[in-house]
Amino acid sequence: MKCNICEINEATVHLTEVVNDEVTKMHLCEECAKSKSQEMQSHFGLSDLLSGLVDLEPIVTEEEMGAEIGLKCPNCGMTYYDFQSTGKLGCGRCYEAFEPNLSELLIKIHGSDKHVGKMPIKGEKVLKEQQDFQRLKNELTKLIRAEEFEKAALLRDRIKDLAGQLNGEEGDDEDQ
Amino acid sequence: MKINDFITKESEWLKGEGPESNIAISTRVRLARNIKGHLFFNRASAEEREKTLNTVFAAMKKNKYLNKSLFLKIKDTSPLDRQFLVERHLMSKEHAQDVAQKGLVVEDKEIVSAMVNEEDHLRLQVMQSGFNVMEAWRIVDEIDTGLGQNITFEYSNKFGYLTSCPTNTGTGLRASVMLHLSALAMTGQIERVYEAISKVGLTMRGFYGEGTDSLGDFFQISNQVGLGHSEMDILDNLQRIISKIITKEEVTRRELFKKKEKEIADGIYRSYGTLKSARIITSSEAVKLLSAVRLGIDSGFIKDLDIVKVNEILLLTQPAHLQKIAGETLGPYERDIKRAELVRRQLEK
Ligand SMILES: [Zn+2]
Ligand SMILES: [Zn+2]
Repeated sequence: MKCNICEINEATVHLTEVVNDEVTKMHLCEECAKSKSQEMQSHFGLSDLLSGLVDLEPIVTEEEMGAEIGLKCPNCGMTYYDFQSTGKLGCGRCYEAFEPNLSELLIKIHGSDKHVGKMPIKGEKVLKEQQDFQRLKNELTKLIRAEEFEKAALLRDRIKDLAGQLNGEEGDDEDQ
Repeated sequence: MKINDFITKESEWLKGEGPESNIAISTRVRLARNIKGHLFFNRASAEEREKTLNTVFAAMKKNKYLNKSLFLKIKDTSPLDRQFLVERHLMSKEHAQDVAQKGLVVEDKEIVSAMVNEEDHLRLQVMQSGFNVMEAWRIVDEIDTGLGQNITFEYSNKFGYLTSCPTNTGTGLRASVMLHLSALAMTGQIERVYEAISKVGLTMRGFYGEGTDSLGDFFQISNQVGLGHSEMDILDNLQRIISKIITKEEVTRRELFKKKEKEIADGIYRSYGTLKSARIITSSEAVKLLSAVRLGIDSGFIKDLDIVKVNEILLLTQPAHLQKIAGETLGPYERDIKRAELVRRQLEK
């Protein structure tokens, strides 16, 4: 879900606001939420906020949020809302349960959501090839960025070959 | 092996021997791992956490690197011992709090250690003195591979090693080097280093003191990105950037020693003099003065002292270390007196 104000960042803060007896829900990114709360504070003054004159309901309830996003880990019971408020996942299977949102988040943090490093020794050969494939693709991006087009062309051919092999071997890949 | 055995031992990574040890104090590489089928620590019940602790300990006891290690349940240690272990960089401050079902493994040379049931089930770390990223990686990689034969780790084809916090997902790798950047700090260039490294997937923070405060110009630089690149690429990147920073510090030091010889010498000798004669000294003052003396050794102004000694005093003057040496708990004022005594004694040797 995109932020309602900037429409660029992912919304991670969810506000309920009462304006003229109408309830509006706002989904904001952290930055916009910060400036929004500053705006509200300067409007009403911090002491008003504290004394409860202004009815601010900053966060919707857990159930509402869970229902809204509809993501819950079947293994540990963690909702995506839980994760957003603690920043910690509950088990390995949370990764599957929250996959689309998590992928986006991982790309934001690491610039990628695909592992190309070490794998447990029990990993299969196919995995290794998939990873080589990803690594070559990364290299290709680097070469293109460095404007090394000749080398890039060679690498692109290798990647095409490898892609053909991989598809031939395993067909559909459930992890993609 | 007991916790007290460490007091009289010089920890391996403080030896001051490794490459570039005039600027790089130590290197640390750690891997985050979780056990397949066990809920992550924050989600697990006390019973499940206990089971995780036992599973990890059992696997580690079978490992040839670790069979002579100290296996501790944090709840069985005193608060002073916990602080002592934190000061030796064997565990995090967080691990010393809410201690139920938390474990620590320390190999007898303190090169390898592992926190069990911290944020992840296993945080395996290897320390080396100086700037020695690849050797630290070689060891941690080998132990991790060994452990992987006895434990199945949470791992996904797409995301790699699965961790409780997404910042560690993928390789679970964090490599850090602690650097002494006096000259860059003196010439006001630290801000630029901060800026430059944040653009290449690294982070930097002051080592002593809280938050961004960088007492004594000791800084720790680590990789921030751990997914989408192989371990080798991550370590390579870190190594390359740190080499550049070390060179920059080196060049700036030589320039400073040439251009401001008298001022630098004055600062260094005053610091050395204070350390040798003070009767009361706080922890932060000690770190600042020792930082200057460390620079004094590298510049050649101080000839009757070596870097190893300074590293050692830096560690021994930490609050829990002072109290372990004294064999009793001490208040802040008593510690400041004991600290001054210890520094004088160490410098007389
Ligand atoms: Zn926004
Ligand atoms: Zn889960």
